[in-house]
Amino acid sequence: MDAGTIVSIHKLCKSYHRGDQTIPVLSDISFDIAEGEFLALMGPSGSGKSTLLNLIAGIDQPDSGSIVIGDVDVTTLTETELAKWRALNVGFIFQFYNLIPVLTAFENVELPLLLTPLSRSERKAHVEMALRVVGLADRMDHYPSQLSGGQEQRVAIARAIVTDPTILVADEPTGDLDRKSAEEIMDLMDRLNGESKKTIIMVTHDPRAAKKAHVIRHLDKGILTNADHQDTL
Amino acid sequence: MQIIKILFKNAFRHKLRTGLTILSITIALLAFGLLRTVINAWYSGVEASSAYRLVTRNAVSIIFPLPLSYKDRIRQVDGVSGVSWGNWFGGVYIDEKNFFANFAVDAKSYFDLYREYTIPDDQKAAFFRDRKGFVAGRKLAERFGWKIGDTIVLKGTIFPGNWEFVMRAIYRGREANADETVFMFHWDYLNESLKKTAPTRADQVGFYMIGVKDPGRAVSISESIDALFKNSFAETITETEKAFTLGFVAMSDTIITAIQLVSFVVIVIILAVVANTVAMSVRERTNEYAVFKTLGFGGWRIVGLILGESVVITMMGCAVGIAATYPASAAFGKAMGAYFPVFNVEAETIVLDIVFSLVVGVLAAVIPVYRTLKMKIADGLRMIE
Repeated sequence: MDAGTIVSIHKLCKSYHRGDQTIPVLSDISFDIAEGEFLALMGPSGSGKSTLLNLIAGIDQPDSGSIVIGDVDVTTLTETELAKWRALNVGFIFQFYNLIPVLTAFENVELPLLLTPLSRSERKAHVEMALRVVGLADRMDHYPSQLSGGQEQRVAIARAIVTDPTILVADEPTGDLDRKSAEEIMDLMDRLNGESKKTIIMVTHDPRAAKKAHVIRHLDKGILTNADHQDTL
Repeated sequence: MQIIKILFKNAFRHKLRTGLTILSITIALLAFGLLRTVINAWYSGVEASSAYRLVTRNAVSIIFPLPLSYKDRIRQVDGVSGVSWGNWFGGVYIDEKNFFANFAVDAKSYFDLYREYTIPDDQKAAFFRDRKGFVAGRKLAERFGWKIGDTIVLKGTIFPGNWEFVMRAIYRGREANADETVFMFHWDYLNESLKKTAPTRADQVGFYMIGVKDPGRAVSISESIDALFKNSFAETITETEKAFTLGFVAMSDTIITAIQLVSFVVIVIILAVVANTVAMSVRERTNEYAVFKTLGFGGWRIVGLILGESVVITMMGCAVGIAATYPASAAFGKAMGAYFPVFNVEAETIVLDIVFSLVVGVLAAVIPVYRTLKMKIADGLRMIE
């Protein structure tokens, strides 16, 4: 892996099985992601971009190929090892926020920290910091149902960054938001990338969201077609 | 924030559903507790039996009498510390529905053997003095509002006629499992009346109660007593008081087995109810468990979340059920006092309540836990996407 590369994907293949049928989803994917890069994965529905994101995030396993993140080939890890690795290295941002409805914003953000050896007061400090970063320090006692969609997504981002993970993965983070909220979320992600040098891998259909990325990679029928840089858009 | 807090928040996410589940567990455990207490009440006489006492009866059947003259020969047997005797009287007080056990006993020797019953000295002396006097258990006296000096009449069924008695004493049990519902009067009163009205039935006793110095010798003493009357016109069977009482209980063995079976069926029913609730809750929250797994919650933590929620629900039902069992059994015992002289919730029943609730909580979570662990995260996340 080259110096400055945080993710290295090599000859990645993935297919799904339905009965006797094998449906190829990703075919021979190879590319690198530099540390601090903001990558957008684009493509039509069914092109395999979410599958690729899941593989990078370690929540799915490929049929063949390797994904090296930092110095760990995540395709060789067991379920238990993957769970521990994800807790430390990956921050997730979902399209539908996926907050736990019975927990407050504070408690939702605190969830990943329950897996760490941090004390209660240390966890509190981390959670407050994360919520301050996303501009919701004053909403920490609110339940998801008391927040707008944009605010829920910001809580989800706070939950994703609270452990200071190696990479942030976002699956259609603006897909369920109105235009204004979507812009706020993208500005926030841009700021996280710019100020905190977070490596972000984002799947999106939205060209406006993709504009914030440094690099855009297109997938079509499981094949990586090309890489565009922001200035080529 | 602690995991426990999440368990409780999850458990009460659907308050109505959880509330109804807890209610069903409560009712089931209440039924279980009452059924177990009925069984225990059935065996209370056995439990209260003394190892220092034997009972001798006619070898043919308890309904056939034994001669009074046997008492002196029994007293001669080595190891015997005392002999008393009595008859089941079977009298009816006003109406048959007022059933209670009533015996004619040789009072002095009887209370020498039954030290677990206590009577104030003045009342005991008054009872011993009055040939028509009777002593009643505390609960029996309370049931009919009898007071010392009251005259009551029993209508004889085995020994025909209206028999008049004067209440001279109330006995209490030293232990909680003592039967305080028995009516006892002087055997001499019965015998003297029989001498006048039915002389052929006089000087006959229903059973002998025999005190032994060493419970370890109960078998050999029993054999010695029975050997005395071998080949007589009224052969005897002597057994420990416990075996004698158990013989009566055994007559209802099928009913008791049925009640035991029903009490366990109740547990199976609540298992189905809780399993359904937990399965529904977990299925509804599949994507949340996928999120937990995504965040790095490993297998044991997921097991803990689902199992914990299930156990929280069953243990809350258990707590309410146990709390309700005491007043319910007190009311039941009061209503059924004539048939269950001792109706106390035993510690064993409460332990069984807790154990079964825990087992139900764990078993109800097995399938949801298995499915959640087998679930692929990507599939789980897709449940809402």
